[in-house]
Amino acid sequence: MAKATVHVTLKNGVLDPQGKAIQHALETLGFSGINGVRQGKYIELDLAETDSEKTQSAVTDMCEKLLANTVIETYRIEVSE
Amino acid sequence: MKSAVIVFPGSNCDRDIAVTLEKVTGQAPAMVWHRDSTLPEGLGLIAVPGGFSYGDYLRSGAMAANSPIIADVKKKAEAGVLTLGICNGFQVLTECGLLPGALIRNRDLKFVCRDVNLSVERTDTAFTGKYTGGQVIRIPVAHHDGNYFADNETLDRLESNGHVAFRYCNDNGKVADEANPNGSARNIAGVFNETRTVLGLMPHPERLADERLGGQDGVPMFESLLEQLS
Repeated sequence: MAKATVHVTLKNGVLDPQGKAIQHALETLGFSGINGVRQGKYIELDLAETDSEKTQSAVTDMCEKLLANTVIETYRIEVSE
Repeated sequence: MKSAVIVFPGSNCDRDIAVTLEKVTGQAPAMVWHRDSTLPEGLGLIAVPGGFSYGDYLRSGAMAANSPIIADVKKKAEAGVLTLGICNGFQVLTECGLLPGALIRNRDLKFVCRDVNLSVERTDTAFTGKYTGGQVIRIPVAHHDGNYFADNETLDRLESNGHVAFRYCNDNGKVADEANPNGSARNIAGVFNETRTVLGLMPHPERLADERLGGQDGVPMFESLLEQLS
């Protein structure tokens, strides 16, 4: 069994109004020195495959086909045993 | 004119467009459930309706774009069958790759539900032939993720090839930032594919196609399709 985690975030240059709203809220709470906030998604996958290379390649395929929209998002995959 | 409306769990404008299609063309569309694998033969128009398919899970339109019926929608659209995606339908068509770009969260984070002005960018298409050049029409929008995004290269290409269908504008037809309800790049409200046989737009022409509902500015789109297909 392998576990894969996927972080999906908006590409640089794509407006993230939610990130901006979070930043404003943090500043309202008195937190200072925040240069930027970007919000993304975190996805956990429990997989039957044990080979980590195969897992990596399968999850990449999942990201390209569904988990991320590569027009606006990038993704980062981590595989653990 | 034979048409089909795709119905997903969470579609909520499927009946609006069915009523409008029947009213304008005299023929009720086939309502096709997303789990079906083939569309009826001999279709002139495929309509992908507005709504919140799959509760907008993951991204608006992402789940619907991978529904069983979409393979046949893509096949027929690529073969030239006219295809219209409205609101969530536009999101589905970008997610499945029939149209360029993506629809992201509105600039001010608010769900926008009101009438907007649109400039009709060109009238030599199957969808817009009954409008007049430079016409300003009033059509309602109702969306949370309507902010059209594409990289600059894609936007330049859309503009230079004449693939922008509608832009948000003010009463006088001026394309201005204050007339942009959601932050869409270059005020784009709707785009065509390369062959102008697929149209996606965020505003709802099917919701303003009856005088009893306050206006008929949506009707010419369906009359254009009828003329094209009869």
